[in-house]
Amino acid sequence: MAELAIKKKRPKNLDLPTIRLPLPGVLSILHRVSGAALFLLLPFLLWLFQSSLSSPESFASFSAVVGHPLVKIVLLGLIYFYMHHFCAGIRYLLLDMHKGIDLESARLSSKIVFGVSIVLTLIVGVRVLW
Amino acid sequence: MVNRILVGAHYGLKDWVIQRGTAIVMAVYTVIFLVVIGAVGPNSFETWRGVFANGFMKFATFLFFVSLFYHAWIGVRDIWMDYVKPDGLRLLMMMATAAVLVGYAGWAVQILWRM
Repeated sequence: MAELAIKKKRPKNLDLPTIRLPLPGVLSILHRVSGAALFLLLPFLLWLFQSSLSSPESFASFSAVVGHPLVKIVLLGLIYFYMHHFCAGIRYLLLDMHKGIDLESARLSSKIVFGVSIVLTLIVGVRVLW
Repeated sequence: MVNRILVGAHYGLKDWVIQRGTAIVMAVYTVIFLVVIGAVGPNSFETWRGVFANGFMKFATFLFFVSLFYHAWIGVRDIWMDYVKPDGLRLLMMMATAAVLVGYAGWAVQILWRM
């Protein structure tokens, strides 16, 4: 039976440039990319955390580093990655519990994840960095 | 029978459930952290340090870090398993990942208890 199903002729589309990744797919790969980026920048973040706490002098240099416009942009990017990973993760927990697994809900919830993570990034990022 | 390999996952629910358990711990901590920061509004070294001098926040932050490093171990290991095909290289990447994460955990403890 299984072999029969495999041998059946099925439509193929291997014209890769014409295949568009649907939004839940974009969410999925961004979940991985954001997790990897946050992992790679862990030593930088731990170093920032350490200098913010160890002494008044190190706090002053921490403030100077975080005050640099380029660092602010990197940190805003990391806050976005964190928020995306957070919101997409909650969506995955709900999917694990079989909530919203039909196509329409899955598409809607990925739109919500993108919207909410951008709003949270703006609220937290602006509050913390500016 | 499942063909168990050295550089595979552990073929069970354990990592799957730890990935989710640690995620919940971090999600709860994130909310607590944002509420505390919003309430305290730390704008100086003393007030910022005060947040983590508090016994509950110190414990919660430590729990967050431990969850983060375990969560990162499972996630990064999955990335190596998906993209790094040679067994030797994959094992090396996994060992390096585990080593830095254990090191980060020691570093986090030092930051929190030597401040």
